[in-house]
Amino acid sequence: MAGQSDSTMSLFSSEEIEFMAEDEMTEIVPNLRMDSLNFICGDYGPFLPQLAAQVPLWLALALKKRGKCTIRLPQWMSVENLTRVLEAERDSHAFQPLPFHYIEISRLLFDHAREDIPDMYMVRSLVEDIRDVRFHKVETNLEKFTASTVTWKNMSAMEVNVIRAFAGRALQAFYKHDNEQQTQDTDRALDKQPQIPTDRPKRNLKPR
Amino acid sequence: MATEESASVMDDYEMLISTTDVALLKRAWRNEKAAPEILQFESSLVQRIKEQIELAEQNEEIFEANNIEPLTVSLYQMDLDRTQFLLRSYLRVRLQKIEKYLFYVLKTDEYLNRLSKQEQMFARRCTDDLGSHLDETVLAKLPDNYRSILKQSITSEEDDMVPAPRLDTFVICKAKQYLSGLDFEPEYSMEITEMERDLLTFVCYKFVKKPLENGKIDLV
Repeated sequence: MAGQSDSTMSLFSSEEIEFMAEDEMTEIVPNLRMDSLNFICGDYGPFLPQLAAQVPLWLALALKKRGKCTIRLPQWMSVENLTRVLEAERDSHAFQPLPFHYIEISRLLFDHAREDIPDMYMVRSLVEDIRDVRFHKVETNLEKFTASTVTWKNMSAMEVNVIRAFAGRALQAFYKHDNEQQTQDTDRALDKQPQIPTDRPKRNLKPR
Repeated sequence: MATEESASVMDDYEMLISTTDVALLKRAWRNEKAAPEILQFESSLVQRIKEQIELAEQNEEIFEANNIEPLTVSLYQMDLDRTQFLLRSYLRVRLQKIEKYLFYVLKTDEYLNRLSKQEQMFARRCTDDLGSHLDETVLAKLPDNYRSILKQSITSEEDDMVPAPRLDTFVICKAKQYLSGLDFEPEYSMEITEMERDLLTFVCYKFVKKPLENGKIDLV
């Protein structure tokens, strides 16, 4: 994730993206009795042993770290679903629907709730494969775009963040030069030939 | 199919929890971080959040006095920490932007009005300090024609030494609903005509400024 470490304020750090992901809802099965928690971010509970409850991921992880619950693996993280997603991901140019924070959520669960994940090894390698295929797609997409607006369906938070700085600057440059070209074109209305960058005279490289 | 279904359930859930002030603050924070210019200060939201933080801090003292389970206390503490982080980060991003575009913000009423009272004070103090610093160290030693903080030389017609926010920066946004041409500024009708719901779009900031201000899109 090169280019992300600079302190340009419009960028989100990976920690900040993880912070956002921690608000995603997760299902837990508590093993303790606890009254409702009336947080600033919402009310959760009451919690009863063996009774599933919906809580934000950060709360699930906090309880998990203290051994107070098990985390139910989200449905999209099942081996069947991930296998299906990976296949579809390989077969198509489009991104498959996955949670916006799938990388961060899976990472947090791998790090802190490994015993709650059946087939941990399998799930982990599937998620990694999916991530690799998708990042490859992101990269190939970067070679293609030229328009002044670019859309992506189902791209995730981390993927967006990785290309943000580079793609943003590139598009800005496209936009700027497009406009320059338009003004030039109106200046010389007869010259209707589109200016394609490859048509520019090539500079001779100095022999080494 | 199953993922799509759960995705729509998640959407509904997000709608539901987006009514909390924390979710609103999170949205304001994200937009503020991603936008190239300073946005309207969310004064009533910040006020509400501050009150809730104070309340949570008072509760904490009550917990301690009543010997509430340490686990519960620590969970409340985490919730408080998260909210405080959001608030601090939100305020800090704004201060950074004010510092970056200091002179521009001060000479543009539209921007100045977006700041809170405290932020305006900060901007004025900052300008005074920076101005006198630059005067003492550099400007006073230059020939008369080159002594302005705002202009390159006395012959400049505009303030050409004042960096302005670049509104042609590209941002990534997501529409919360389908947007038609009417949702955008008419002057950009050539560039942008519609936006699908939930589709991530890389777009020039100035094209989507209007729907952003109307709360119809979020920056990501």
